[in-house]
Amino acid sequence: MSLHLPHERQRRATGVYVVLALFLAVLGIAFFRIQVLRSSTWALRAESNRIRQLPVPTPRGIIYDREGRILADNVPGYAITLLPGPLDSARATLDRMSKYVDLPAREVERVLTTMSRFGREVVVDADAPFAVVSAIQERRAEFPGVYVEMRPRRRYVLGAAGGHVLGYVGEVTAEELADEEFPSDRYTRGMIVGKTGIEKQYEAQLQGRQGLKYVEFDARGRIVGDFAGVRTDAGEAGRELVLNLDLELQEWIHSIFPDSLSGAVVALDPADGGVLALYSAPTFDPNAFVGGIEQDLWDGLIADEGKPLFDRSVLGLYAPASTWKLAAAAIALDLGVVMPDEHMEVQCTGSFRFGDRVWRCWDPAGHGWQTLAEAIGNSCDVYFYQLGLRIGLDDMLRRATDIGFSRRCGVDLPQESQGIFPSERAWWNRNYNYSPTQGEVLNLAIGQGPNSQTPLKMAQFYLALARDGSAPSPAIAQGVPLAEGWSLNLAPEHLESIREGLRMVTAPGGTAHFGTALEHWDVIGKTGTGQNSLSVQGLAQNHAWFAGMAGPPGAPPEIVVAVIVEYGESGSSMAAPIMAKTADFYLRRKHGIPVDTIQTYLEHLRAGRPAPWYSRRFPSPPGEGR
Amino acid sequence: MIRLLDRWSVDPKLVFAIGGLTLFGIAMIYSAGEVHIPNPVTDEAWLRQLLWFGLGLTAFTVLSRVPPRWIEWVAIPAYVLSVVLLGVTLVVGTGAGTAAGVKSWIDLGFISFQPAEIAKLTTILVVARLLSQRGAVKLTSLRDLLAPSALVGLPLALVVLQPDIGTAMAFVGILFAMLFWAGTPVALLVLVASPVVSLFLSYDTRIWSWYILGVIAFLYFYRYRLFLFESVALVLANFAAATISRPLWNSLATYQQNRILVFLDPEVDPRGAGYQVIQSKVAVGSGGLLGQGFTLGPQKRYDFLPEQHTDFIFSVVGEELGFIGTALAILAFGYVLVRLVQLAERSPDPFAGLVLLGIFGAWLVHVFVNIGMTVGLVPITGIPLPFVSYGGTFLFMSWVAVAIAVRVAHER
Repeated sequence: MSLHLPHERQRRATGVYVVLALFLAVLGIAFFRIQVLRSSTWALRAESNRIRQLPVPTPRGIIYDREGRILADNVPGYAITLLPGPLDSARATLDRMSKYVDLPAREVERVLTTMSRFGREVVVDADAPFAVVSAIQERRAEFPGVYVEMRPRRRYVLGAAGGHVLGYVGEVTAEELADEEFPSDRYTRGMIVGKTGIEKQYEAQLQGRQGLKYVEFDARGRIVGDFAGVRTDAGEAGRELVLNLDLELQEWIHSIFPDSLSGAVVALDPADGGVLALYSAPTFDPNAFVGGIEQDLWDGLIADEGKPLFDRSVLGLYAPASTWKLAAAAIALDLGVVMPDEHMEVQCTGSFRFGDRVWRCWDPAGHGWQTLAEAIGNSCDVYFYQLGLRIGLDDMLRRATDIGFSRRCGVDLPQESQGIFPSERAWWNRNYNYSPTQGEVLNLAIGQGPNSQTPLKMAQFYLALARDGSAPSPAIAQGVPLAEGWSLNLAPEHLESIREGLRMVTAPGGTAHFGTALEHWDVIGKTGTGQNSLSVQGLAQNHAWFAGMAGPPGAPPEIVVAVIVEYGESGSSMAAPIMAKTADFYLRRKHGIPVDTIQTYLEHLRAGRPAPWYSRRFPSPPGEGR
Repeated sequence: MIRLLDRWSVDPKLVFAIGGLTLFGIAMIYSAGEVHIPNPVTDEAWLRQLLWFGLGLTAFTVLSRVPPRWIEWVAIPAYVLSVVLLGVTLVVGTGAGTAAGVKSWIDLGFISFQPAEIAKLTTILVVARLLSQRGAVKLTSLRDLLAPSALVGLPLALVVLQPDIGTAMAFVGILFAMLFWAGTPVALLVLVASPVVSLFLSYDTRIWSWYILGVIAFLYFYRYRLFLFESVALVLANFAAATISRPLWNSLATYQQNRILVFLDPEVDPRGAGYQVIQSKVAVGSGGLLGQGFTLGPQKRYDFLPEQHTDFIFSVVGEELGFIGTALAILAFGYVLVRLVQLAERSPDPFAGLVLLGIFGAWLVHVFVNIGMTVGLVPITGIPLPFVSYGGTFLFMSWVAVAIAVRVAHER
């Protein structure tokens, strides 16, 4: 066979053509199969390749105060999200991003861990400043997988003044998502949910329905644009919420509460038990939590000895001390074991002998013979020892438990401490391993012994005194079903005698007179000096209580306020003025009288400002009978 | 123009078909640069390719006027030089793009090129020279095949060491096409290839047992009857291939193993090793019958396509021009290849015919492997599509090949 022979070449060529035809036919068939027969499958895949579903965050419901003023609303914010991708390139992207965004190493690790664990997008900065956003948008090509979106950002108008009651929002955690409170059809990772306070309590109402949009990405996760093929679901905004709170009152309390001290102020509306103000000090600014709190700030809040995150108004438990004497009085009247104008068997000589020991009154000089009102005005321990004995331990425990001193008020907040008060004799056996004697009732009657209450609970009790003896459950939001309240079975004249006792505390000659005397309003209430673990050792002052009510002279009370100042020493000089100033502010606003920062008579005296109204309001000269 | 080319005694049909393919390639490279987020390198690749086309045409013009005997004469020194260059590449070579660990380029600073591209051409020339001198000798025993196989095997081995399996396959194509043209019986070629088949079949002992029995039977009944020692050697080679298949597999780099694994099933690792072939199939498949339109393919635009200027340029053709486009392109290549064989068939000069078939063998492998891998028909090997893929020196050398092809073909 020779290549010189044409027919041989022809034979060889035919062989080559056959092989060539075979190869080309294989290619042709392969392309026909993939491009003609199965094209639609691949076309679908091409779309899913580059089109991703992304959530559209919707604004939370706006929170209004009782006057329709905004307490919490939303402003436009920018969130920087990193889409899932190879960890190496994600890390490189974050490194590049750290030139523009403050990204500590541990934050980079958090993002990468979350991404590798859940394989989905991670919010790098939930609240990026506009300058950062535009810097990143300009260099889009450098940031594959980075997605910047507008995201409503929560804003709390009250700032620190409403930190505890309103709470704050944050990104939903894996633990929360596992909870049935966050149903998977409404909640997905990365969503912003209420973490504490009202934001958490009314999460279901405030949270809208997240929308969906379809976005085209390139292979490196760089956004190309919205995909027009599928309609975007805008989602629904959250529903609004109207609260009983009074924005200005809340601010006012924040401004008058002593800066360096801890404590709480609760203001209730006697008309319906609505919460006018709920304040705890020290406080924090919930705005700092929006978009993720900075680690330093968080560490500071956690390390702060004043425990600023702790809501003292509903979680703090304090010995109610003398403010609880009114409960003993109300129970006695309710049970009919005492008449308002009768005297006790033994007059107060500064001490009282019961059993084998002597029980002292706070005033060793003694108070003599007293009616109920006088005993309240004097806060006389000896009178209340005997009143306790008349009630008897069992009835005392039963009625105090009925009123709920060992229960929660049922306020619409996610957390509330339960009061501590024995419900039965067996309580001592359980807790202290001894059987209580009748002597326990003496301690209980003056607000001591195993009795710890929240400021809110004490406010609720005074709410009953300000009303007809019934106490609805305090409610922060309007138009929500209330927890069941309770009621004291008190005749109007009995209630009047109790209020008479409260009036003596703030009347000329009463301990809290100067700090509570106001130009326009009658203030009545009760001081308390709560012992605490430090004060019994002589290491700190006692807690200062004042609980009371105020309203126009001769008219029913229009506001109930309970104040506690931790280690405030004196209920009359520390807590009472805060209560009076709170009430004065609220009532002046309500009745259209201009507000002044110098409110009480004491403040007038200190400021050297004349108070011509004082002699008109309190005709008998002050100081007499002190 | 045609008359000019005629007078120039070059084949106008082949030159125009290839010129058309080159321009088509430049258009596709332009399209490959039309992406959502442009990249300054790929953006202007088509311009550089156009420049190289100009250089290629210049080289074509010069070389197609060189007397063919010079070409024959230069074959041996050129071959030696190119093998030396391949050796040097293994020492000073650099990788390119994604295959950074590979040593296949020589970088001279102002220019870098792949010596393997030159070696393909010089090997074709030297083997053509060898086989044309022995035109009368029968190529019917293994011993007859030894010399041409060694000439091809040397550069092939050096290329495998780079490693560049794609180009190595082109050498295999060159060898088989030329041996066949020179008169080697098909059966013998099949026997030569048998150890390679054995290598792959050894994964299943039963299938391999039947296969080896078949090989032995074939050897026994084969009409040319090899020498006994050749038959024994062939059977032993089959056994050896089966034996080394496992260690050979283990000696492969992970990426090479992955390429073979994902060739069998790309979906085993859709985000990793299977990514390229899946994205390419998505692009080609979504192109459908008519395509997404020139420059408009989303897979390409949004960067899903790997190596869209070079190895996967045909995926862009598939996505944007559809089946119509791919079918026409395949037919165009078919025409070029057929034309090479036609020229060989007409050429009474054995050297010319062998050179043409050598080029045919190389290009067929390039075309089949490159186009086939875009739809998962063959494993992914970094092998460019002649005249279409972006790559200056490759285009230039391809045009040099065209020049040699038309020059030897028209020497009567």
